Amino acid sequence: MAAPRMRGDGRRAKNAKGTLARLISLLFTYYKKEVFVVLACIIVVALVGVAPAVYIQTIASYIEQGVAMAKGGIPGPEAYAAIAPAILKSLALMAGVYLIGLVASFTSTRLGAVITQGFLNKLRQRMFGSMQSLPIRYFDTHNRGDIMSHYTNDIDTIRQLISQSIPTVFQAGLTLIALVAVMLYFSVWMTLVVFCAVLLMLFVTRFVGGNSAKYFVRQQQSLGREEGFIEEMMNGQKVVKVFCHEAASQADFDRLNNQLCSDATRANIFANTLMPIMGNIGNIFYVLVAFVGALLIAFEAPDVSLHALFGIELSMLTIVVTFLGMTKQFVNNVSQVSQQINFVVMALAGAERVFELMDETPETDDGYVTLVNACVAEDGSVSECAERTGHWAWKHPHEDGSVTYTPLTGDVRMVKVDFGYVPEKIVLHDVTLYAEPGQKVAFVGATGAGKTTITNLINRFYDIADGKIRYDGININKIRKADLRRSLGIVLQDTNLFTGTVMENIRYGKLDATDEECIAAAKLANAHDFITRLPDGYQTALTANGANLSQGQRQLLSIARAAVADPPVMILDEATSSIDTRTEAIVQRGMDSLMHGRTVFVIAHRLSTVRNSDVIMVLEQGRIIERGDHEKLIAEHGKYYQLYTGAFELE
Amino acid sequence: MLKKLMGAVREYKRPSILAPIIVSLEVVAECLIPFFTADLIKAIEDNLGIPTVLKYGLILLGMALLSLTFGILAGYFCSVAACGFAKNLRHDLFARIGTYSFANIDRFSTSSLVTRLTTDVANVQNAYMMIIRTAIRCPFMLIFSFVMSIRLGGSLAWIFAGILPVLGFALFYIIGKVMPLFRHVFKKYDKLNESVQENIVGMRVVKSFVREDYEREKFNRASDDVCADFTRAEKILAFNNPIMQLCIYTALILISYFCSKIVISQFGQTSMHVGTLSSMLTYSMQIMMSMMMVSMVFVMITMATESARRISEVLSEESTLQNPENPITAVENGEIVFDNVSFKYSEKAEKNALSGIDLHIASGETIGIIGGTGSSKTSLVNLISRLYDATEGCVRVGGHDVREYDLQTLRNAVAVVLQKNVLFSGSIKENLRWGDPDATDEELVHACRLAQADAFIRSFPDGYDTQIEQGGSNVSGGQKQRLCIARALLKKPKILILDDSTSAVDTHTDALIRRAMREEIPGTTKIIIAQRTSSVQDADRIVVMENGMIESCGTHA
Repeated sequence: MAAPRMRGDGRRAKNAKGTLARLISLLFTYYKKEVFVVLACIIVVALVGVAPAVYIQTIASYIEQGVAMAKGGIPGPEAYAAIAPAILKSLALMAGVYLIGLVASFTSTRLGAVITQGFLNKLRQRMFGSMQSLPIRYFDTHNRGDIMSHYTNDIDTIRQLISQSIPTVFQAGLTLIALVAVMLYFSVWMTLVVFCAVLLMLFVTRFVGGNSAKYFVRQQQSLGREEGFIEEMMNGQKVVKVFCHEAASQADFDRLNNQLCSDATRANIFANTLMPIMGNIGNIFYVLVAFVGALLIAFEAPDVSLHALFGIELSMLTIVVTFLGMTKQFVNNVSQVSQQINFVVMALAGAERVFELMDETPETDDGYVTLVNACVAEDGSVSECAERTGHWAWKHPHEDGSVTYTPLTGDVRMVKVDFGYVPEKIVLHDVTLYAEPGQKVAFVGATGAGKTTITNLINRFYDIADGKIRYDGININKIRKADLRRSLGIVLQDTNLFTGTVMENIRYGKLDATDEECIAAAKLANAHDFITRLPDGYQTALTANGANLSQGQRQLLSIARAAVADPPVMILDEATSSIDTRTEAIVQRGMDSLMHGRTVFVIAHRLSTVRNSDVIMVLEQGRIIERGDHEKLIAEHGKYYQLYTGAFELE
Repeated sequence: MLKKLMGAVREYKRPSILAPIIVSLEVVAECLIPFFTADLIKAIEDNLGIPTVLKYGLILLGMALLSLTFGILAGYFCSVAACGFAKNLRHDLFARIGTYSFANIDRFSTSSLVTRLTTDVANVQNAYMMIIRTAIRCPFMLIFSFVMSIRLGGSLAWIFAGILPVLGFALFYIIGKVMPLFRHVFKKYDKLNESVQENIVGMRVVKSFVREDYEREKFNRASDDVCADFTRAEKILAFNNPIMQLCIYTALILISYFCSKIVISQFGQTSMHVGTLSSMLTYSMQIMMSMMMVSMVFVMITMATESARRISEVLSEESTLQNPENPITAVENGEIVFDNVSFKYSEKAEKNALSGIDLHIASGETIGIIGGTGSSKTSLVNLISRLYDATEGCVRVGGHDVREYDLQTLRNAVAVVLQKNVLFSGSIKENLRWGDPDATDEELVHACRLAQADAFIRSFPDGYDTQIEQGGSNVSGGQKQRLCIARALLKKPKILILDDSTSAVDTHTDALIRRAMREEIPGTTKIIIAQRTSSVQDADRIVVMENGMIESCGTHA
């Protein structure tokens, strides 16, 4: 029922056949029985659809017989009485066939709904499931809107394909085959006339449909341009106002708008005229068939047909009557198929994009060192235990079968690390750093200096090209990613809260946290105060990334979320950059209590936040150019000194 | 609501009216075809000879050609009308939004305005096309086919009259059942997609907390739910087709029965014959199909009304700021007076954003404004260029109430560098010329020197012709701010307001910008809002704001 949203950029599938085959085979894996039932039903529906053609011939010939009797002088009612049983019998038979058709049609649509929605659901879930396991690199290199359109536009076209296009083409194809058989049975000459109609329709479809597709692509392009412009102008509305630029931007808009209008009009003209053209080709050939039939009767021309071959005598008049109906039916089916073709092409492109996302290489994880709950015996030895003890240990199985347990302390070392997001462009050069348990390490430097990159390497969002990173003495490549990340808490500049209550958002850090634990974390993060002042306190629902909260409040919540996870190592990436100094002071207090007793990596915009760090690394173009604590760096009068005194710009 | 939308038809009135008229003609031609076919078959049956057959054949061919011509013309006119209507609608919307004041803008979110201009207009366009074409065609087809079938089959036509209400009732009953379900599930579906978006945006958080499985489960639950609802609705919808077929089949059997009975038993007294049967069957198809289409059009139009409502909401929104009747078109100097000014963002707001502001700023003075978040620094300066109107008291610029000026005059004299600033896609030059479309290259360079932007612009390979990407994503925050300042300087304003415009610029450059402004445009009144005290230390006076009031006002020392 949902109107197909004709979106997409008109790109075609690179491998249409393969995509179709894969889609169908997937359909079979999930709904084998159902698909077979639906196919069987469609076959029945198609055959029943041809039945009227045959029956009308039968009825017409009865009528003819009756009329012949009446002409012969037998009174009408008597003639009818003689013929009636035969007519009623065949009508009853027809009713029976129709009943079967109805049942088949009902079964196929109902089951079709189940298959379509179920299949889309499976597809969505598989796509989402695969997406979760993709590396961060994928999300850094793909536009959000593009990824989203797989879930909206592409899934939409697949829905259309499965629920409409494929069944329609299948059913119409079957109907056409059955019709050809019946037509040949009745008359070869008239069949040829109908074939001419088909040729003409194919030609028209190619021409009109081709043009329609061409202008459709153009329409999509101008639509894209106009939408881009609208988005930009809506975002910059206030700037437009203060510069009194309304008239100028209206003029720009109108230019794009007129272009869109002319492209859309063209695309629509072709799309809207295709139907009447097809329908009326049907009408014209309807007339031609009638005329050819009339000629055949008038000249009593010997018709070539299968029924003649079988030696069955049929009245030519009844054949002409039947043929007229079949011509219309035939043309309708051809036009239905032709309408679906463009759509199938588009839908396959959509399906291909969905498959592409599902086929993306997932994040690899060869780690075998896992994080376990640890019991520390009195002699200091560490062993594994099932329940939560508050102590953690790395479980390290060795090749010889032995297992060692290393207590989790939060000691992070990077040795001579080189890294580039693309192999050709190294962004980190020879980075070496030590963070002992409980230390606070700060990164300072301009945008693009490589601060965030370093933290991306510690939690293995990206893997290093050269060098070593060790965590509690273990090469992080050996640690299972999930366990590595569980041991690291992270507070990012973009806060990213999720739809749900405040409580649920805090609990995201530790799914089995009790309400008390969450509240304690909120208190630790200095978030408790403002939360209790919200209309529904901890049960306040957040929408659209917490749009109902201020930036500082969102920041505090994300700190509380990290706090409840209680990790030994924290990464704070520009966590306080976009809040004013007063709010920052509150957030800072929250963070200070969070940082207590943990290894912390801080990336900060404001140097006041990093002042009390144990060690400050000044980064420039991927290299550490200065390191030391605040006093040391100030005394050195180097870059840090310049930054601190404001003589140099941070961006 | 309709009246607002219909205002956008304008120059497309002709095709909008022609389309339904031509559609009606097409229907007439199309409906006459089965009628004359019956005659043709009769002629064949009675062996009336080739000329008669040819005559009816030509009539029919003529009808088909007419129907073809009308069909193409109708398709043409309705495309022109609907696309033109949509174009005008978008124009009207954009123009209307252009008249909005800041207060109006605050009321609509950016994304909702974008949706209204795009998706909603597309929905209305489709509905419009439906109305001028299908919504006319189907009922007309239904009625005309019925009339023709009475002429042709007499009492046989009453079979349709019996079946049609049943079909209509069944179809609309199903729609009534299914529409609320669909509305409900579409909302859920949107929510599902929003949650996907949230997941994509927050992928770093998901991965950091190792919540991939949790997210999967959450999504699967929501997706299963959506799937179940969709299936439920579509299962009901699955009755549609069989009911339609049932009606067609019933009509077919009844017509076959009665037609054969009448033709044979009343032979000689009736005008019906074998040809009547075939034509009556064609009519029955046409009538039932039209009924089905009517119900579908009904659904489409109902679905578009929500979009229509959202569009008319934008069109009906009146700007909260009006140009005065006899506006002053020149600003004499940069003197600013706040005379007991209070301000709140909406009438319903409990708290005043500003209260009891009295401030006199002499022309050419430099004023620094500092204060915490929420202390209404921005609200204060927004009143100067009349981005908002004061709720009480008045703001005077150059000796006149700001409400007496022509808005454009006032805003050209008062340049504001907004806190949340944007550059637009286009070259740096194009962006700068927003300040002054006629500025020479030398003037551009001069303004950029003042804003300390010239050096970094020249360091780009394309210099002033460097393309800025949408949202200015290819320049750093500090560079963007300096470009925005240069853009504002090009207006050669009497008053220049910098609303936290150098927050990403280092203190050294910040100082250079301030010195350049002091030396190069001494006559311009300058108001600087800043987080850093260093940015305002050399101002003539510093205003400290707290809770919408001026806490203190004086020099740095």
